[in-house]
Amino acid sequence: MKKSQSESEWTLEIKPVSGWFNFHLKDVWKYRDLLFMFVKRDFVSVYKQTILGPFWFFLQPILTTITFTIVFGNIAKIPTDGIPPILFYMSGIVCWGYFSDCLTRTSSTFITNANIFGKVYFPRLVSPLSNIISLLMKFGIQMILLIGFLIYFKMNGSDVNPNIYILLTPYLILLMAGLGLGFGIIVSSLTTKYRDFTFLVSFGVQLLMYATPVIYPLSALPEKYKWIVLANPMTSIVDTFRYAFLGAGTFNAGNLLYTSVFVVLILSIGIIVFNRVEKTFMDTV
Amino acid sequence: MNSVIKVENLSKMYRLGLVGRRTIAEDLTRFWAKFTGKEDPYLKVGETNVRAVKGRSDFVWALKNINFDINDGERYGIIGKNGAGKSTLLKILSRVASPTTGNIKVKGRVASLLEVGTGFHPELTGRDNIFLNGSILGMSQDEIKSKFDSIVDFSGVERYIDTPVKRYSSGMYVRLAFAVAAHLEPEILIVDEVLAVGDAEFQKKCLGKMHDVSEKEGRTVIFVSHNLHAIKILCQKTLILNNGELFANGNTEEVLSMYHELNRDIKIGADTEVDNIKSRRGNGFIRFTSIDALDFSGKSRYTFEHGEPVRFKISFRTYKEMNGVTLTIAVMSGLSRECLTLAHHEITRQKLDAGITGEAVVEFSNLNIKPGEYPLHFELTDIVYNGYSKDVIDDLTPPLVIKAGDKVKDSEFDPEKPSGFFLTPSKLILNELNENVMEVKNI
Repeated sequence: MKKSQSESEWTLEIKPVSGWFNFHLKDVWKYRDLLFMFVKRDFVSVYKQTILGPFWFFLQPILTTITFTIVFGNIAKIPTDGIPPILFYMSGIVCWGYFSDCLTRTSSTFITNANIFGKVYFPRLVSPLSNIISLLMKFGIQMILLIGFLIYFKMNGSDVNPNIYILLTPYLILLMAGLGLGFGIIVSSLTTKYRDFTFLVSFGVQLLMYATPVIYPLSALPEKYKWIVLANPMTSIVDTFRYAFLGAGTFNAGNLLYTSVFVVLILSIGIIVFNRVEKTFMDTV
Repeated sequence: MNSVIKVENLSKMYRLGLVGRRTIAEDLTRFWAKFTGKEDPYLKVGETNVRAVKGRSDFVWALKNINFDINDGERYGIIGKNGAGKSTLLKILSRVASPTTGNIKVKGRVASLLEVGTGFHPELTGRDNIFLNGSILGMSQDEIKSKFDSIVDFSGVERYIDTPVKRYSSGMYVRLAFAVAAHLEPEILIVDEVLAVGDAEFQKKCLGKMHDVSEKEGRTVIFVSHNLHAIKILCQKTLILNNGELFANGNTEEVLSMYHELNRDIKIGADTEVDNIKSRRGNGFIRFTSIDALDFSGKSRYTFEHGEPVRFKISFRTYKEMNGVTLTIAVMSGLSRECLTLAHHEITRQKLDAGITGEAVVEFSNLNIKPGEYPLHFELTDIVYNGYSKDVIDDLTPPLVIKAGDKVKDSEFDPEKPSGFFLTPSKLILNELNENVMEVKNI
């Protein structure tokens, strides 16, 4: 009698991996302090011992924008929906940058953290979560840059019309983060055993950019290929973002809904796979 | 007594070799077996994990059918040779790796120290790293804040607390890291060989802290070490792992003597097995071919009563020309590895060609050290020491064990107390008490 009583007091049972649906989302919440510390660590350490510091956050999109303006705007003469090319490219780059950073950073979660993961237990999801949060800092700084340019062009009489849809920005960020995280943790789970996927990510992200309206507007696309670009969940995010800040392009609630469903799906799959792999990865990484 | 950790039929299988195209085929086979409801076919081909022997299968059992219970407040030691499965067991206990079969039930919060300073970021200051490391180990921000001062105090690096830890000396780094870990307050603390890194003072501090945590606060401690002396001081119970299987489990005293039995079959020879001794060095011009401890009647044993004469019989073989041969045998202290006594003998002054074998016996007629375990150190050199030794064995297993015999009563020593090494007879000659009460001033 007494034995059965003490049996029920066990607080933790360590078992072989089984089942696909035991998440530790509660655990993740318990470790929110750690999440905060990881974010803080990233903030403090990114540009330690660089002279230009956070200035690099500005330099990167500016140089990319200039390159894009010259190559795609002046040489290839791709239309920009009547928007100043600089604003057009920069808005695309800022959005795409955040998504691709999220994806590439989280996709190496297991490999870069193998050392810590091998020594201490904490819900592994904390690590990619902290990545997407700390990447917000870079995104935020670049947003300030974009808004600065926006104001400058507006004052000089360009035809840009920021509108009420700007209020959707937090939701767009959430979608991008979810998308990057979802894809990222799926890839990171796969790379623990087979590193082939690391190669896939590095150029896959680059290629995917061309299937997203970053350097061209949706309207410039031939009907024949439009469905490919529309199937890309990033398309409606970039498009909506541009519509909200620049007033060009289209706002299509249906496309945004498609992206939202897509994000929920990919994130769920990601978390399921990730939770499964986090228990065995030490043996294969 | 209430059991806080219950390990049942725990097994862990590892696949050796590289991950490549073959592993995909294995994954598919495994998936198919699972899909059709059969048992994993690779679990059957697993072999016992003997490190030095080449096996037939790529699959080995790092742990096989381990069962044990740990009770509330116990200090438990885990020992075993390299590759015996100690770290695997700790990894499963700390939820870093998953078992293949079997399970572990745990009561209470577990904190494991498989390494000190996990997650320290070199660019952050000591202060930031205390918070970071504390969170990684499972402390909340408030908890760390309230203990912050005492952590800094314990670490003794207050002056550097706002300097990035990459500027720290390695010793300071470890001190800070351990200070954080020492302030964890889990019900169960798991510690893996952290003692190996620090200096003697630090090791003592660690051992003391672990002892306190268990004794004063009633926490359970699981401690893995190769340092048998430390295990003996700290742990009431010990288990031995050997090739992934549980070899012995029980009171430390009894288990340790079994451990020596287990190691006794390591024969020291010139060719293969001697090379397995990790602590061997030298240029190999001359090599020990066998080392043995003998009692007065010439019987081989490593356990002696206090006061008994101890003889060491060694044989050697030359592999290059030698300019004479000297033999050094040292008896070391268990924890601090200091040399307690040294025998230094010239075997020959002659020049020796390669391929010559020889034998020597050295006797310590009165090794006046107190009961305990003493690692042995053997060395062969030229007659003129020219900068490097020819063959050195630093830590012979098994160590020499001295037991309390008729000459020493049990009351005269307490193995818990490190009370020196030598048993030197002493008498109380003067014993006076002045009965007049003097005035005592408070200073």
